[in-house]
Amino acid sequence: MSDQLISQASSASDASADADGDTLVRVENLVKHFPVRGGGLISRTVGQVQAVDGISLTIKRGQTLGLVGETGCGKSTLARCIAGLIPITSGKVIFDGRDITNLSRRAMQPVRREIQMIFQDPYGALNPRRRVGSIIGEPFAIHGTATGAERKREVQELMERVGLNPEHFNRFPAEFSGGQRQRIGVARALALRPKLIICDEPVSALDVSIQAQVLNLLSDLQRDFGLSYLFIAHDLEVVRHVSDAVTVMYLGKVAESGPGDQVYEHTRHPYSAALLSAAPAADPDAAAARQRIILTGDVPSPINPPSGCRFHPRCPKAQELCGTTEPALESKAGDPSTHLTACHFPVEAGENLAAAGRKDQQ
Amino acid sequence: MSLLEVTDLRVSFPTADGVVQAVRGVSFNVERGQTLGIVGESGSGKTVLTQSLLGLTPGGQISGKAMFDGVNLVGLGAKDLQRLRGKEIAVIFQDPLTSLHPLYKVGWQITEMIRSHDKSITKAQAMNRAVELLGHVGIPRPRERVNDYPHQFSGGMRQRAMIAMAISLSPKLIIADEPTTALDATVQAQILDLLLRLQRESDTALLMITHDLGVVADIADNVMVMYAGRAAEKATKRDIFYQPHHPYTKGLLESIPHSSAARDRLRPITGQPPSLINLPSGCAFGARCAYVMDRCLTEQPPLVPVGDAGEHRSACWLPPAAIGLDSETEDLRRQAVALGRGDRAAKVAEAIAAAPESEGSVIV
Repeated sequence: MSDQLISQASSASDASADADGDTLVRVENLVKHFPVRGGGLISRTVGQVQAVDGISLTIKRGQTLGLVGETGCGKSTLARCIAGLIPITSGKVIFDGRDITNLSRRAMQPVRREIQMIFQDPYGALNPRRRVGSIIGEPFAIHGTATGAERKREVQELMERVGLNPEHFNRFPAEFSGGQRQRIGVARALALRPKLIICDEPVSALDVSIQAQVLNLLSDLQRDFGLSYLFIAHDLEVVRHVSDAVTVMYLGKVAESGPGDQVYEHTRHPYSAALLSAAPAADPDAAAARQRIILTGDVPSPINPPSGCRFHPRCPKAQELCGTTEPALESKAGDPSTHLTACHFPVEAGENLAAAGRKDQQ
Repeated sequence: MSLLEVTDLRVSFPTADGVVQAVRGVSFNVERGQTLGIVGESGSGKTVLTQSLLGLTPGGQISGKAMFDGVNLVGLGAKDLQRLRGKEIAVIFQDPLTSLHPLYKVGWQITEMIRSHDKSITKAQAMNRAVELLGHVGIPRPRERVNDYPHQFSGGMRQRAMIAMAISLSPKLIIADEPTTALDATVQAQILDLLLRLQRESDTALLMITHDLGVVADIADNVMVMYAGRAAEKATKRDIFYQPHHPYTKGLLESIPHSSAARDRLRPITGQPPSLINLPSGCAFGARCAYVMDRCLTEQPPLVPVGDAGEHRSACWLPPAAIGLDSETEDLRRQAVALGRGDRAAKVAEAIAAAPESEGSVIV
């Protein structure tokens, strides 16, 4: 019943978006479970890791959707499902008006050109034994779109576009710094002129001064090529900086989603509030004035997620209802229709969750 | 007297390509019960600096002085250092999974730590102490969890176990090297809270190494910003954040995204840090600095007092009064640059302006 509610809520908000044709990706009630196999002679499935459990979201053309959540909340799994890298258990992924859910390898091939990924570890994502020119040119080779001198010219144009010296075509990844390696990754992702780039923690491994260079590059490319980004990061300030809309995930579910300002300034879900209050602010006065909501315990296992609202065992506002009934993802009273929250007792303006949390701990 | 007084510490490593000058003359003090944050990017020497104090940099040539509670750590024998490590100075590393032995139970590792420094404690006593410590750092059901292996702990719990081990012998100084970098924000908040609580309880001094200005803003009393093996700026936390003098500090502060200016263009620092083998003759930051002057290219600026307070020091040739992020200070900097910039510096400045965001040369 709760799943129904979620899909109703999302389809209500999607209908208008689809009408003006500015939606690039629509994910409907996506579920991804990984089987857990037992030991013994005959291995059988003894459980399911519910990595992604009924997620709906949309990414608009030329915009950035930020995806926030802690380790193990399923954000990378979701990204892989959208990119078609792993099969989906149930649900739908509509890309550019086409249903691309569980397409065959061959049918997926043309779609792969349009969805590219940038990874967290720029060194791990590049083959250390291949020259940069051949790494960036690989997509042309795979899709047979440019060969020989034409490919080299294209690659050098790409290198210039992302701020690398085109003369370094013949160097190896090891000869570049971390920020430059991430630029190589960006150039490769850009090669086939994709419509969507999934950025999985693209700047987490970089120093702050270099991080700003790469973020500026990504925003220039978005402007010039009309790219859409699905931007995954654990740094909330970075996500806010790049995103038009933000989705907060907890244990395979959407806790809250909406326009960046709404989610950050008018936070309704206690988990989003805790996450935001925990994010370090590079400002001593703000850090001192802030009331941190310290969550107790760890994220539960996605094999046996808690009943009802998955956040209820750690939530400072939890009541009996939260343990029995799963809250629907819906627009709460006073919020715009684009701001959705899955909570029975959403945070009200001016409410002090930090105090509630402290009391609970003692 | 400060608990730790480091004077002109230098660490270099001879390699096939030349001598890597990782730390080039750094001085600082850590007071009892206080936290000094050392901030810097990869390769700034912040980790080597602290590891050299504990004799954890094999092959490194160390000079200078590091007085810890009356004992000079530089030149101390391996045996003496080993006695100090853990008992007097404890270290918490970034990655708790690789710091804990995967094949031994967490409780065993803590008792081992306790008993290796005091043989008179029985195994049972040490085990009781381990349970008590795990409970103290907030691990639920410590009597059961003490028999777990490290892989049965989550990332946050492993870091708590590391902290339990670090405080097991009531050290006077805890060196925390990026202790929360591998953790999620909510867990990071828990761990920082725990460190602060423990510090208050036992008056321990904390040396916090991090690249994250947010962590420093949270828990440091004083801050040292390092660049290319030297201290660029040293001050109280408030001065570093609100009255920075060194253009590198200013650049760091400006390059992080702020909620107040969401979606505005970020202002990164151009280029990348220099190689520590062939350092430029003048200021190491010169080739990336928007305020570069002729003097910066030839003379290395000393760390001198700036502003009004004597505790605020910066290694930059800009006038000492040029502290802060306001427009009047910016005028002051511009005036100084107009006077001090000749042909040579003008060329460097042009190169910086011409490549506003791409990174300069390749590291080889």
